[in-house]
Amino acid sequence: MRRAYLDNNATTPVLPEVLVAMQPFFLEEFGNASSIHHHGQHTRAAIEHARENVAQLLGARSSEIVFTSGGTEADNLALFGLAQPGDHVITSTIEHHAVLNACKRLEQIGCEVTYVSVDGQGIVDPDEVHRALRPNTKLISIMAANNETGVVQRIADIGTVAAEADAYFHTDAVQAAGKVPIDVAAWKCDLLSISGHKIHAPQGIGALYVRKGTLLQPLFYGGRHERSRRAGTENVPGIVGLGKAAEIALNGFSDGSVARISELRDRIETFVTETIELVGVNSGMASRVPNTTNIYFDCIEGEAMVIALDLKGIAVSTGAACSSGAIEPSHVLTAMGLSGDRARASIRFSLGKQNTKEDVDLLLGILPEVVGRLRELSPVYNRRTVVGR
Amino acid sequence: MSGGVDSSTVAAMLRAEGNNVIGLTMQLWNQRRLAGSHGMPEAVHGRCCSLDDVYDARRVAETLGIPYYVVNQESRFEHDVVRPFVEEYLSGRTPIPCSLCNNHLKFDQLILTARQIGADLLATGHYARVEHDPDSGRWLLKRPVDRAKDQTYFLFGLTQEQLSRTLFPLGEMTKPEVRELAKQHKLALAEKPDSQEICFVPNGDYKSFIDAYLEEQGEALPDTSGELVTSSGDVIGEHSGVHNFTVGQRKGLGVATGSPLYVIQIRGDKREVVVGSGEDLMSKTLTAKRLNWISISELTEPVRVTAKIRHRHEPAAATVEPAGGDQALVTFDQPQRAVTPGQAVVFYQDDVVVGGGWIG
Repeated sequence: MRRAYLDNNATTPVLPEVLVAMQPFFLEEFGNASSIHHHGQHTRAAIEHARENVAQLLGARSSEIVFTSGGTEADNLALFGLAQPGDHVITSTIEHHAVLNACKRLEQIGCEVTYVSVDGQGIVDPDEVHRALRPNTKLISIMAANNETGVVQRIADIGTVAAEADAYFHTDAVQAAGKVPIDVAAWKCDLLSISGHKIHAPQGIGALYVRKGTLLQPLFYGGRHERSRRAGTENVPGIVGLGKAAEIALNGFSDGSVARISELRDRIETFVTETIELVGVNSGMASRVPNTTNIYFDCIEGEAMVIALDLKGIAVSTGAACSSGAIEPSHVLTAMGLSGDRARASIRFSLGKQNTKEDVDLLLGILPEVVGRLRELSPVYNRRTVVGR
Repeated sequence: MSGGVDSSTVAAMLRAEGNNVIGLTMQLWNQRRLAGSHGMPEAVHGRCCSLDDVYDARRVAETLGIPYYVVNQESRFEHDVVRPFVEEYLSGRTPIPCSLCNNHLKFDQLILTARQIGADLLATGHYARVEHDPDSGRWLLKRPVDRAKDQTYFLFGLTQEQLSRTLFPLGEMTKPEVRELAKQHKLALAEKPDSQEICFVPNGDYKSFIDAYLEEQGEALPDTSGELVTSSGDVIGEHSGVHNFTVGQRKGLGVATGSPLYVIQIRGDKREVVVGSGEDLMSKTLTAKRLNWISISELTEPVRVTAKIRHRHEPAAATVEPAGGDQALVTFDQPQRAVTPGQAVVFYQDDVVVGGGWIG
């Protein structure tokens, strides 16, 4: 069966160039970067080269980059590294669980957390962040781009709010990296998380930007790796892969690949809204990353649609999977004010560098039939039709 | 696929026959919701919808090379099974959640999901048989070969439409044969013990479950305490709440008399628990409500059947006749012990399920 993978906000395939860059670091270049000998020197050089590439993607200095096991660890390092019992933290209701559940834990250990809400388009209002400030506000953590809707937040404005209040500002940029240009200076952020596997590097590697002079409490205790900010022997192949992926991601803004993905996304939205009834783009009026579209198909169960599409070779997603793999209603869409029914009827399509027009056409060839069958068997749709007559 | 031996073996059998098989597990209840509160156990493994069971089901699907999905039915399960379960007990009846789950979840929502994703039929690991009868044109539900595992009592509510889309591949097999087949298919869970209890009620302790659930919902446990009375109306004591009793119960009445006393009736509206002798517990008749007919399209005249009034009851000879509205009168040849409102009565003719209803 021909398959099309359109779930790149979940994870992306490693690009061939990234794999090639990583390969020597399994067999030949196996040294421990902390060793003083030849082998250690080679891997140290590779790590620092990767660090420079990541720093360039973010507009940062390489000494400000801390490699982690991924986006979740980067978020946790930022939050637990700064917030102490008695501190006040501001975040939003649409954050990834890596931030939301870390904040719940912060509350358990004696921090106060304010969760600012979003408007109907999924946008955090910087003024609302400003209104949430308290004298003891230590940290503001607002994501740069949302994983489900793709909405790009007004990060520079929120950075200004934080700077004026003398609070630290962290942004989870896992879904922004490689999709919109990042500039930590213009965004006025002190900490910024990225994840390798969302930008075509392997799973298990990520990074946290930490502005020079920001004192972080480490999560782990051990050796003095990563300038004592993250103990543990470095994941060298992963770091090298992340470095290469960051280089490719940065080039994507000038070589046309981001623009090409944007065209494919628009192709999906145009086709769906013009040919299928009772649909709409969630956050369609907001500024969004170019690879993501979240579409509601009223009167269907998104869960059944994801399964039906998967059985036809199309990988997409809805909401967030819980530990058993079952789908829970999206906290992001419900926070935006969507009804439970519409949140459950929403599907996320997210594209990556490997996707082609053929992938999108495969989807568009199948979609009307799948939606038609789901609606034909939908008690809600049939009631609606009867009422309509 | 529950992650147990039966449904796993069904998947293996159908796959071996060359069918295009899709594995589905329903996530019905989050065991962690009530864990640790009000006498509910902390440990959550080994019960319905536990991560261990989903893991087992997923491993079976991987072994068989079939696609596998977990579908979230938690809100429907709570609305259609858990809530009614709690309310039935609080009104003095003894509910059977498995039948509600079959009627509302497994053979309703799950068949719908199956059809929506392009499947023609739903196969489950129930021990029962379904057959099309060319003479009557009806789909028949029949008792399985393994009588000890017979689950038809819980399936009496299935409609013709539901039966027409259902496969029970284990109906012709015994449980030891199923375990043997699971071994032949190299399913790691061939020795996994059978589940017995109500899946969402740990250790069968429904009283603690009701307490914990109502507390979680922010609802106070209604006061259903009242008087213990005899069938002639004499008050002989007090009781702590009607939901703590079930018809036929002998222990825990809190009164001492010379001869054994049993709960013979619970009057939920008056909050009375009626006690009497073993003889008082016997009934010759009962009224069945909310009927569903399977081998016949409707009940128009008295029909001779055997009638089963609880899961572990040997069907007893009876006559069932129309009693107006959606009701039937069941008259047993011999009086039966502990006819319990809230339970189902299911009618058989030999192996064939004629239909059934709820004991009113």
